[in-house]
Amino acid sequence: MESLNFKTATELSEMLSRKTVSAREIMQAQLDRIAEIDGEVGAFISVDPRDALAQADASDARRAAGTPLSALDGIPVAIKDNIAVANQPLSCASKILEKFVSPYDATVIANLKKCGAVVFGRTNMDEFAMGSSTENSALKKTSNPWNKDCVPGGSSGGSAAAVAAGMCPLALGSDTGGSIRQPASFCGIVGMKPTYGAVSRYGVTAFASSLEQVGPMARTAADAALLLDAIASPDMHDSTALPGAREPAFPRIDDFSKNSGKKLRLGIPKEYLAGTLPADIQNAVRAAAAWYEAHGCEICEISIPSLELAIPAYYIIATAEASSNLARFDGIRYTRRSKEATDAINIFSKSRGEGFGEEVKRRILLGSYVLSAGYYDAYYLRAQKVRTLIRDDFGKAFENVDFVMMPTTPETAFPRGGKTEDPLTMYLGDVCTVPANLAGLPAISFPCGFSAENMPIGLQLIGRQLADAELFSAARAFELAHDFSSRVPAGI
Amino acid sequence: MNESDVDIDHIANLARIELSAEEKQKFSADFGRLLEYFEKLKSADVEGVEPCAHAFPVYNVLRDDVPATPLPTEALLKNAPAARDNQIVVPRIVDDAS
Repeated sequence: MESLNFKTATELSEMLSRKTVSAREIMQAQLDRIAEIDGEVGAFISVDPRDALAQADASDARRAAGTPLSALDGIPVAIKDNIAVANQPLSCASKILEKFVSPYDATVIANLKKCGAVVFGRTNMDEFAMGSSTENSALKKTSNPWNKDCVPGGSSGGSAAAVAAGMCPLALGSDTGGSIRQPASFCGIVGMKPTYGAVSRYGVTAFASSLEQVGPMARTAADAALLLDAIASPDMHDSTALPGAREPAFPRIDDFSKNSGKKLRLGIPKEYLAGTLPADIQNAVRAAAAWYEAHGCEICEISIPSLELAIPAYYIIATAEASSNLARFDGIRYTRRSKEATDAINIFSKSRGEGFGEEVKRRILLGSYVLSAGYYDAYYLRAQKVRTLIRDDFGKAFENVDFVMMPTTPETAFPRGGKTEDPLTMYLGDVCTVPANLAGLPAISFPCGFSAENMPIGLQLIGRQLADAELFSAARAFELAHDFSSRVPAGI
Repeated sequence: MNESDVDIDHIANLARIELSAEEKQKFSADFGRLLEYFEKLKSADVEGVEPCAHAFPVYNVLRDDVPATPLPTEALLKNAPAARDNQIVVPRIVDDAS
């Protein structure tokens, strides 16, 4: 049989309905591929083959009875290790949660199970989703499938590498400041951060609650739209999940191609095409802009002056929220308690000192500092005001343009170990992705070229609130006209 | 590396994280650079600007007040480092003498 490992979810779904393949065969192909190459890639922290195959068999039984639950019935979806799946481990790639087993399903997982998707595997990540390279995982190293000496990006690096290397057609990630889009860009796949509130965060370990969303990672924009439609829902367990029915994105996936006469306006912020950007990234973005222009769009240069404040505002707000959210890991309730603890105070400080890794400690400390008496106004409150400026600047931009277009990252995947000693340099790499989180806007990254070293380059489109479907359809038209999304890494 | 004037012991105590001497030195130096970079925010004119905690207004979600079955106690206690009699075991926090 033809390899099932690099088929898209949409293709696999069609094969399942034509009965040319079974869900078990699809799942087995992923497990075989994982056994063959994941020793080298390191995308998965753990996999439960028995559970995955049992789900696949249940799906085959539904198909045989003529009652599949959805197009995703029988399609494997790998899960980032900060999303709760009942009776499966959840460690956030941290020693402090090494032995934790989730007692319930996150809402996104319950939604996937309602669709019949095969929910499997725990993908590697930066500890508690804090990082941009997956090097902050306390449990294992993940390589970029395009170059084993480079990082896969982060924090959803395991999910990105698993999809890119053909170990699963779909994966969930979470994006607090770019943690879906940046690894998607580094690994040559599609990653999408939905409008804030489109997806429930219930059952997702909180890092910075006001910024993060769970979102789809896939080989094509069509697959990503299908996955977002499956996970998005209102939720009485999450007050930040938007109420009311949402318009599905997948049925509108061909809107852009069908309406190429309709003049969409794409704005490129001049702040992002400055001289510091590597030439191959600049060229790839300009070539993509030219393609959109040739297909009925109008390209214009815009200015969003407050963007230069996005990194400091983001790192103050995100660390402040993290210092509060991670207070729950106290040595009392969640699996790990220091053996050295002797009293009611050092049970906290020793358990946390032993259990958290360096970057998590750094961010909790920084967050505690910016919230502490005497510094709150100068840092946290000021950052929240700057957040208002950034949100309003996007609002103004969207009066004149439909999408904001820019690279996803100011560089391609960098060598492992290259930035671990210098937190500020690592933070500055998030310059293109954090603005969408601060403004709560939907944003997608999809392949738009390759560097001279044959590393993938990602293009980012940011849309208005709730314009998620429009982003998928614009990305879809581009990917159909190019072969960037169908290339697979050689040598893995 | 420039040392910051951040009182790292005070912050570590606020955060309830025990740090080694090396960690204190490293984080102190990191904070120096990071806080210097954060100074950038001072260039923004935020006079009269309202702070925002979320990009969009967030409203509370209320459900109907009907009884439901919560997770069983045993399932929740399974992850506790120490449990007894359906409760989590913690160090004594009140002295007998008082």
